[in-house]
Amino acid sequence: MPEYESGTEYIAHHLGFLKYGQKADGSWGIAHTMEEANAMGFWSIHLDSMFMSLLLGVIFMGVFYFVSRKATSGIPGGLQNAVEFIVEMVQTTVKSTFFARNELIGPLALTIFCWIFMMNLMDLVPVDWIPLTAAFIAQDSHLYFKAVPTTDLNITAGFAISVFFLIIFFSIKIKGFGGFLGEFAFHPFGKWALPLNLIMEVPSFLAKPVSLALRLYGNLFAGEMIFMVIALVGLFQLPLHFAWAVFHILIITLQAYLFMMLTIVYLNQAHTEPEAH
Amino acid sequence: METIQAFSVIAVALIFGLCGVGTALAFGNLGGKLIESSARQPELAPKLQVQFFLVAGFVDVISIIGVGVSFLIIFANPFLG
Repeated sequence: MPEYESGTEYIAHHLGFLKYGQKADGSWGIAHTMEEANAMGFWSIHLDSMFMSLLLGVIFMGVFYFVSRKATSGIPGGLQNAVEFIVEMVQTTVKSTFFARNELIGPLALTIFCWIFMMNLMDLVPVDWIPLTAAFIAQDSHLYFKAVPTTDLNITAGFAISVFFLIIFFSIKIKGFGGFLGEFAFHPFGKWALPLNLIMEVPSFLAKPVSLALRLYGNLFAGEMIFMVIALVGLFQLPLHFAWAVFHILIITLQAYLFMMLTIVYLNQAHTEPEAH
Repeated sequence: METIQAFSVIAVALIFGLCGVGTALAFGNLGGKLIESSARQPELAPKLQVQFFLVAGFVDVISIIGVGVSFLIIFANPFLG
């Protein structure tokens, strides 16, 4: 177990990513210090976030596939019950907020909810368990490893940008290219106020993915930060951890649900014509 | 160095204070309205509660982010270089 000189160093170490990319001298490899990680440019990748998120995605798909193969119409077992509960919850949400016809929305909403929820759930694993396991496997006591993928802005921005492209794709598919552009040009005030319409509509459209990504990232980053700060206070941390974890269960579920809900709402907007003014 | 630290502490105090004021006002309003409308139409209470949690998620985003950022400034100040 690595020894830290101060709490500041402990937190700084826990904020680092396992980053693979081109170093300053031109060779490729994993960054071992913060300076090396910062010197890497665009062509670098956070191995820890990628590994954890893909692992959790595979677990999610595996569990749901396994349950759907073994589903019975009789008395369901515990796992089938849980899966049915989640699917029904997503189904009622989609039916009450999405009014057009699209076969993609249900599976999309289910995937977003479950995947983000599982990634957020890694926040409730005690802060040092996963990094120390990774450090033990790698035989490198100073390994950077971030266990919660949604505290990485790249992951949340990836989700948000995918949703953003889906919004654009379905808008153009349903309304045509002219209709899609017409929404920006003619929407709130009619065609005689075109510049004003553009000024109002374009930023609010571009703000959608940004707010989606930053909301999820900010909440999870702040929660993780508070767990780290609590981990510094010695033996008294156990009740504090418990109290914050209980509060955090609400946040992680709520954020996964919010992301799913907003995705459905945005895609519903993409499917419906705005009212004429 | 000392100047940056001093200003960082003031920044943290401002963040905490303003976040507290903002969320307190918002949650007071929100909870009051929830109780008010549940009292008016008790059969809508479960539906309203779902909406309440949704809006609560929107409301406490900024304050939670503020708390996270201020802890970042206290324990791993990025401005110290």
